Amino acid sequence: MFESRLVKEESSFIRTYIFPLGVALAFIALWGTLSALHLFPKSAFPSPMDVLVGFREEIVSGRLWNDLVASLFRVSMGFVLAVVLSVPLGLLLGHAASAREALLPAVNFFRSLSPLAWIPFAILWFGVGDLPVVFLIFMATFFSLVLAVMAAVANIPSVFFRVAADYGFRGWSLLWNVTLPAIMPQIITALRVTAGVAWLVVVAAEMIAGRDGLGFAIWDARNGLRTDLLVCGMIVIGIIGVLLDRLLVRLTHLPNVRWGYER
Amino acid sequence: MSDKPLSLINVSHAYGTSAVFEELSVEIERGEFVAVVGPSGCGKTTLLNLLSGFLRPTSGVINRQGTTRMVYQSDGLFPWLTVKENIALGLRHLRDEKARRAQMKDLLELIRLDGFAGHYPHQLSGGMRQRVELARALAGETDVLLMDEPFSSLDYQTRLRMRRMLVRVLTERPRTVVFVTHDIEEAAQLADRILVLSERPAHLIKELRVGVERPRDPTHPTVVSTVKTILDELGLREDARELSAVK
Ligand SMILES: Nc1ncnc2c1ncn2[C@@H]1O[C@H](COP(=O)(O)OP(=O)(O)O)[C@@H](O)[C@H]1O
Ligand SMILES: [Mg+2]
Repeated sequence: MFESRLVKEESSFIRTYIFPLGVALAFIALWGTLSALHLFPKSAFPSPMDVLVGFREEIVSGRLWNDLVASLFRVSMGFVLAVVLSVPLGLLLGHAASAREALLPAVNFFRSLSPLAWIPFAILWFGVGDLPVVFLIFMATFFSLVLAVMAAVANIPSVFFRVAADYGFRGWSLLWNVTLPAIMPQIITALRVTAGVAWLVVVAAEMIAGRDGLGFAIWDARNGLRTDLLVCGMIVIGIIGVLLDRLLVRLTHLPNVRWGYER
Repeated sequence: MSDKPLSLINVSHAYGTSAVFEELSVEIERGEFVAVVGPSGCGKTTLLNLLSGFLRPTSGVINRQGTTRMVYQSDGLFPWLTVKENIALGLRHLRDEKARRAQMKDLLELIRLDGFAGHYPHQLSGGMRQRVELARALAGETDVLLMDEPFSSLDYQTRLRMRRMLVRVLTERPRTVVFVTHDIEEAAQLADRILVLSERPAHLIKELRVGVERPRDPTHPTVVSTVKTILDELGLREDARELSAVK
């Protein structure tokens, strides 16, 4: 019994860590082989070793760290702003049919609009730096979040509101104790999706409207024909994206939202 | 005003133009267990909603004494709260922390879920969830329990056990109960009085008293004869005979 559990734990450890690591190593080996074959000119296809050296350079100069912090700061600002403003609007649209009828087409319109279409205006209005990028991240996530909150509210089983009324929940206490917990699982799912979008958008936005950040680093590397640094940027962006999602997945393990994922 | 916990006098109700009840009058005695049976869609849930005050009748008078609580058909528990937290909703009016804790302990023992206080509803079986709903509705000083087909989503054996549990709980904490069910056997096993409703617009086609002590076995002669009487009233007796012939 005890032994079999040990075996099980061991096999799950192998599956969650060793296998993915193996795949990563195989991928790097393939990459190394391809670069050794010189299918592309060396300047257009850096080897793993080139990239490792590039990493060292970026870390020693401190640039990588600066870019990382800049990008994370902008994503957090834009995303937090979008969450804070979208939840109240989504609640309103979910509860009030008239507001929904009036605003839903507009929300849908802006959600369908690629956030990258806003780049020219973002620069005209906010110049370059943090602000235009924060603005673009906001535009990329706000409308999806509003729709997700709205749909979640509209789908709350009416029996919850009956029970809430029976036990004396009204106004703010109803919102806090019933409506918000009832939509929390769906909100968390929406946060995961939109955080992923925000991370995609920050790179694109910084390429054009940034003077630093990971997106700008990529753009800068391309202009300097430093494909080794370009790959450094790509690797960091990918890793941070995965970590961001891992972080948000943890929210789905909270005991009082688990119910939303187990049906 | 009468001293009856619940009474309907000439109550009519309609959704838009379609009448559900016409001139219905019912009185319910203190401590009585009244079962309401009738074809599906005849207005049983509507009747409970009128009794609880959730709906206002189109015409007629409804008198209500004391507090009423509804036990819902299915999944009225908040899934984001534990068993204990759900039951605590029913104890919110108690100011004294000590009294609340003592009540909670009693209720958990009453529904035999002492070991499950920290579980969430999705971790429980349907029967356990329904017991928690019952405990929540019993908490505090409720006078009347309105139960809308509380056991209908459970399998037969669980339903039998839940009936026995309900009888036990009510001997420990007597309440006036209006119990809606489409299960005639259930009504015959549990109720002091059974109201049989017709198709819409619903009126009382039969009122039966069952004078036998509870708990009653489903095979008790009075239960069996009560079931027969109700099947007769609903015009279902012939079907029942054919079914047993098939077996
Ligand atoms: N909110 C409503 N609006 C319109 N019709 C309703 C509404 N609620 C119930 N009804 C109708 O009233 C009748 C009685 O419903 P209900 O009380 O739920 O019946 P039961 O609980 O006996 O199955 C049904 O025909 C149903 O379609
Ligand atoms: Mg019903």
